[in-house]
Order: sequence, then C-alpha cells, then structure tokens
Amino acid sequence: MSGPPIGLSIRGGTKVYPGTRALKAVDFDLRMGAVNVLVGENGAGKSTLMKVIAGVEELTEGRMEMEGRPVRFRSTGEAERHGIGIVFQELNLFPDMTVADNIFIAHERTRAGIDIDRPAQAAAVRAVMRRLERDIDPDALVGELSIGQQQIVEIAKSLAKDARILILDEPTSALSAAEVEGLFKVIADLKASGVGIVYISHRLDELIRVGDYITVLRDGVVTGARSMEGVDVPWIVRNMIGDASKDFPREGPARFGPEVLRAEEVSLPRQGGGWLVDRVSLSLREGEILGIYGLMGAGRTEFLDCIMGRHPHATGRVLVGGEPLAGDVAGRIRRGVALIPEDRKRDGLIGTMAIRENLTLSSLRDFARLGRLDLRAEARAALDYAKRLAIKAASVENPVFSLSGGNQQKVVIGKALMTRPKVLLMDEPSRGIDVGAKAEVFRVMRHLAGEGLGIVFVTSDLDEVLSLSDRIAVMADGRVTAILDAAEADAAKVASAAAPATSRLEDAA
Amino acid sequence: MTAAPASLPTRPGAGSGSTLLLLLRLRTFVALILVFGFFAFAAPNFLSAANMVIMSKHVALNAFLAIGMTFVIITGGIDLSVGSIVGLCGMVAGWLVLNGLDLGQAWTIQFNMVEICLIVIAIGVGVGVVNGLLITQLNVAPFIATLGTLYVARGAALLSSDGKTFPNLNGNPDYGSDTFRVLGAGSWLGIPVSIWLLVVVALAAAYVARRTPLGRHIYAVGGNERGAALSGVKVNRVKMAVYMFSGFCAALVGLIIASQLQAAHPATGETFELNAIAAAVLGGTSMSGGRGRIGGTIVGAFVIGILSDGLVMMGVSSFWQTVIKGLVIIAAVVVDQAQSRIQARVVLQQQAALGR
Repeated sequence: MSGPPIGLSIRGGTKVYPGTRALKAVDFDLRMGAVNVLVGENGAGKSTLMKVIAGVEELTEGRMEMEGRPVRFRSTGEAERHGIGIVFQELNLFPDMTVADNIFIAHERTRAGIDIDRPAQAAAVRAVMRRLERDIDPDALVGELSIGQQQIVEIAKSLAKDARILILDEPTSALSAAEVEGLFKVIADLKASGVGIVYISHRLDELIRVGDYITVLRDGVVTGARSMEGVDVPWIVRNMIGDASKDFPREGPARFGPEVLRAEEVSLPRQGGGWLVDRVSLSLREGEILGIYGLMGAGRTEFLDCIMGRHPHATGRVLVGGEPLAGDVAGRIRRGVALIPEDRKRDGLIGTMAIRENLTLSSLRDFARLGRLDLRAEARAALDYAKRLAIKAASVENPVFSLSGGNQQKVVIGKALMTRPKVLLMDEPSRGIDVGAKAEVFRVMRHLAGEGLGIVFVTSDLDEVLSLSDRIAVMADGRVTAILDAAEADAAKVASAAAPATSRLEDAA
Repeated sequence: MTAAPASLPTRPGAGSGSTLLLLLRLRTFVALILVFGFFAFAAPNFLSAANMVIMSKHVALNAFLAIGMTFVIITGGIDLSVGSIVGLCGMVAGWLVLNGLDLGQAWTIQFNMVEICLIVIAIGVGVGVVNGLLITQLNVAPFIATLGTLYVARGAALLSSDGKTFPNLNGNPDYGSDTFRVLGAGSWLGIPVSIWLLVVVALAAAYVARRTPLGRHIYAVGGNERGAALSGVKVNRVKMAVYMFSGFCAALVGLIIASQLQAAHPATGETFELNAIAAAVLGGTSMSGGRGRIGGTIVGAFVIGILSDGLVMMGVSSFWQTVIKGLVIIAAVVVDQAQSRIQARVVLQQQAALGR
C-alpha cells in the first residue's frame, strides 16, 4: 500500500479483562506523518487499544510491531523509550508545579544527578514551545493556565521525551472553539515534522476535518479502516453502530401513568463561570423510559446528581409525584428516587463489603426494629433480589468485587430497587459490561418500566438510546437541545442535536 | 484456653488456600495462644489467679480505648486525642471529688459519685464532639484535628492543677462521693468492676457493629465514603457518632485510672492512643477503613497487654519490651497484607470456577 510509512502495527490484538473481551483480534496500522483517527462508541475498545500502545496494558493475544520488529511494552516507561507519548482526556498535570517541572517530571534534567538544572529545563521548554508556536512561560504555575494551554503542556511533555508517536484522547472535549483551532494548527505542524498522531474523538465533523486515516471500532472489533478520502458522517455512524440494531422490545403495549417526576429549570453553576447544567426542564411519567443522550461533559451526570441532591448550589425545582423534592440524599431516597451511578467502583459499591451488605445498604431501615437488624430477613431479601436479578455469585456473602462487571451492576440496581423507588435514575447503566450482560440489564429496565416505574437513563450510545427509550432528551453544553419521541427519532437527528455549539454540524447528512 | 493449636499447613500452593486462610484469619487468636503459652512456662506465677486479675485490669484500660479507636479507624479516620482525654477526664474527676464546683461567693456544689461520672463522661464525649465537628464541618483531616485536640486537652489537664497531682481522692461520705474508688478498686463476684464494665462496653460495641444500621453505616463509610453517601448514609452523623463514642471510652478510662490510684495526675494517658491503635491493628482493623472487628480488637489488646506484663515478670528491660512490641505490630500488619492477597485470590478462583 502506498502512502506514509507505517510506524506501528498490531495484528490479531486481543485483550481480555475479567468478565469481558475488550479487543477481539484487532488489526491496526499507525501511519507516521499522518493523523490516524480512531472512533467508536464508549466501550468499543478505543481506550483499551490506546492503553496497549502506550504500555498501560499488555495484549492478552496478538503482536505489536514497530518498523518490522516485534515489540512488547510492559510499562509506560518502555513505550516512552520507543517514542510513544499519550495525552489522556483527563489531564495528568500537577497544578501546583510550574510548566517546566511538569514537563520534566520523573526525568528531570539534573547536574550530578541531584541538583535540578532549572535553566536547562526552562531552555528546553522554550524550545518545545517555539516548535508548538506557543508562548507559555516555563515558570508559570500549571494551575493558572487555561485548559487549552494545559493541553499544550501535556503535548509538550510528550515532545520533550522525543515522542515520534503521539496519542491524543479526546483532546478537544474541554476546549473552546478558538483553542480547538490552535490545537489543529499544532497537529498540522507535528504531522509535517513526521510525527504519527492517533486522534480519538466523538466529534465526527472534527475527525473528518483533521484525519488522514480512520479506524472504526465496535464492541472490540474493527468494523472499518480506510483512508479518510470519501469518508462522510453516515459512513462513520454505520460502522460505529452497525446495521443490525439490537432491539429490546417492551412487554405489551406502552401504558404510561401520571407524571411522576418533573424538573423545572434545574441549573448548576460551573466553577469559574458558565453552567454545568443550564435550565433543564424535563418530565417523566410512570412506566416511561426517558433516555438522555449526550456526549461526555454535556451535563447529563450533573443533572441526575442535582435531582439526587448531591449539589447544594443547584437551583430550580424537582417534583416527585407533584411534591417538591428537598433535603439530603437519604431523604430523597425515602421519597422514591434512586440513582444508579456511572462509576460503580467509586460511587456505587462498597468494596470492602459482601454482596448482601451492598444490596441492603440503602434500605437497612426496612430490616431494623427498634434499632436492631433482623439479619435473617436481610439475608432472605438479599437472596431474593439476587435471584430476581439473576446475579451470578457463589454466595451473597462473597465480596462484591469478586463479581464480573455486569453482575456488579446488577447489585447496584438491586440496591436501588430495594428502596422501592418511584423513579430510577440510571447513569450509563451499560458502561463497562459486556454485550450479554447489557442485554440482561436492558431487559430488567424494560420489565421495571412495565411494572410502572419511571426510568431516566443517561447514555452516550446512540444505538442504546434509540432502541430503549420511549422518549429521548438530547443534551449538549448543559442544555436540553432536543426532546424527541421514540417514533420520530433517528440516529442523525439525535447525533446532530448532541454536537456541542462550538462545533455543531452544519448538515448532518 | 483449651483450643488445640491447628496443625500447620504443610501443603503449599493454590489447593491449600482455605486452610492457610483460616489460620491467617485467626492469626491474632493464634498469637494470643502463643504468647499466653510462652509466658505460662517462662514467667513464674504467670498463671496465678491474682496475676490474671491484675493483668486483665491492665488490659481493660487499653481495651476500652481500642474499642473506641476501632470504630474510628473503620470509618477511615484516626483519633489521636484519646490519651489526652484520659488525662483531662482524670483531672476533672479529681477536681470534682476534691473541690466540687466553686460557684464563687462562697458557694460550692458538691457532687455524688454518679454525678461526677456523668460530668466526666460528658467532657470526654464533648471532646469527641469537637473532633467530629472539626472533621465533618470544617473538613480538617482526622489526623490533624485529633492531634490538635490532643494538645489542647493535655494542656487543659496540666492547667487544671498547675501540673500537680490531685492526691487522696477518697471522697466524702457526706456528699456521696466516697464510693468513687469502687470503680477502680471494687469487685463483684471476684472480678473487678472495671472488667465488668469492659464486658458491657465490648458486648454493646460488638452488637452495634453487627446488628444495627449504625454499625453497617460505619463500615460503609470506611469502605467507600462517596458510595455510602449516595446510598443514603448520613456520613457526617456516622462520623460524629464514632468520635463521640471514642471520647466516651476515653472518659471511662480516665475515671477508672483516677479511681484506681485515688489520685489524678495530668500526664496520665500519654501515648495511650498509640497502644489503642496498635491493639486495633493487631486485631485486624484495616487503617484504610472498612474492615475490623471488636472481637479482634479485644484479642489484640490482650496480646499487647499480656506481652508487656509477661516481659515485666520475666525481668526483661522496658527498653527491650518496647522493641518487641514494635516488632509484633509490624509482623501483624505484614501478615494482614498476606491474608488479604490470599483471600482475594481464593475468592477469584471460586468465581472463576463458577464461570466455567
């Protein structure tokens, strides 16, 4: 094949995590002096692939080659020595240290191995900044820079290590329009100097603009790989979500009850100006599934948090069954609202506790009489829910982290259900679980809605939101940009409404 | 102590994981049996009834503090102030027995024994409230907050008497405070009152830990504070409760010591907090929170107590005692780490077997 040389290639790359297969026999070519775009839905395997290249994870099977020689990175340090640099979406910077200190962290320029040679570091930083055509003072504190400038510092960090391959994971997700333009200019310059760039983003128009080669991933499989010529948004979307739509039909005809949840002008200020959630008003009826679609950072999670009472500075009103909701999380749970958080490990589960203890944590008062827990009733209830949700565990007394992702998720759902909620808020309920478990979780959601529960679920998976929702609310930049009935919604409409204002699609096919 | 020592696991490897695990889980108990057995042979008079009573009185003091400390550590915190609370509470008790409360203008209120105990306990709990408020409302790290109250309480104890000892706390029958010494010196059915008190407090604490929503919440807060809050656990209330309980336990110790010695010295209780932490850790409480048991802590307190008393009886120098105590604590934590690694592996194997 003609075109720029291939700097790194993966053949038959497979990565297995406990419970899921994140990559399945993936072939990937990384071309030097070009922008290699990587696209796919959340959980499609993009991050895993990049982690493999950057030495964070090792392939379970398959091989990786650089310039014809097989390579194996057991650590990020090894990958760095091979000239690979990565800029994660979450910036890894020390806000209280200077730009130069950040760039040279862990390989400081020293005199005699002890004394940090600050002038040499500053000079090197200035040289890199000149190359990036940026005027950032090496002695400035990183915490005082704008997000866009911090991104440049991250890139400079990689370049200072002589990175020949640079991976940018959603670099524009936190940037303003002007900063995006600046970044694209930097990318063009780097490309011209022969650096191979891997660019990951959800913003399809951006990809088409900046990319030279595109690789599409779906459920750990490469579904399309070609040069960017002639690629358009529908092609990407088709490869991303596939033709065969996964369907989750409801049991019987839809029967919606009265309104059970109503949010009025809910707003949440962002630290340092602007809004994380900007006057969001929504309503939900009994038995209805409302899907909230949006990209990362669109304010979806924060909106659910506002309903749950996790943000004391949130304004606006939330009504459950016509009565305004106020007070702390415990009070709101008692009023019939339950949240299934996005990050199971951080927010959903108590890792030191058994499955049973996790299941009953929110509803302990149901098992307490005069302050004494009825352990037998508790165990019965835990077993009952474990059976109803088909949690696969040797025993409910096992620690919760011995379960696979999907079963952990079912524990979180079980915990919420044990509070007998009227409204269930689910934040990315299918994140980090495999296809089979996903289908099971969705079946549970359908079933619950059939029983009259109102469900709000947040997702960044187009397919999911289209097939599962009765109504779809699309969020971007903290605002609701569209509310569509399931019948009138299609992928293009939803995707275009979800694009942030800074790079809205002009014509979304 | 009739439990026969379990046979040592001779089969290494994955298959014998569960035997090894059982032994590791009961390690504090095994340690207790070993220590006890050793001194029964090595130290003269170790097994005499009188020595048993004296030793358990010593152990009880540390055990009270360690019970309170266990709850605090399970929530992921630490309470360094307990030693100073012991000192302060002892001084307050001494002051009240000797002088009563001087209201000025020649008026003085004298208290009987029950009132004195209640006031002293209120002071201990009050310091716990201060700790809790600093930690939950002002977001001070537990280490720093309780380090601060450690100094303040110790300073207050010293100020109360200008550094002097309150001697001869015999009480006054006219005021009903002559029974004050019962707490430390009295006994019932041949067993000291302080031991009975320990039994009551330990049973209550174990009950709270296992059978009440509060206990479950304490573990949840330590295991994952964010997750607990999102599950509806009132995290701040839970934290207040554990620091108040720790203060309560410390106040009890202050009372018992003042009563035992019939004197109150402002330096009483120095470094007691470290012994309490050591007992909790030895008993399997995890410093990162979420794990720990009252029973384990009590056994841990006994290991430390028997170790130091037994070494004294053998005539080992106190300098060596300190070294040995330190080594035992380090060994306990090393074994603890090994246990959690093996435990995780066994559970994963079980789960993998299920997946086949």
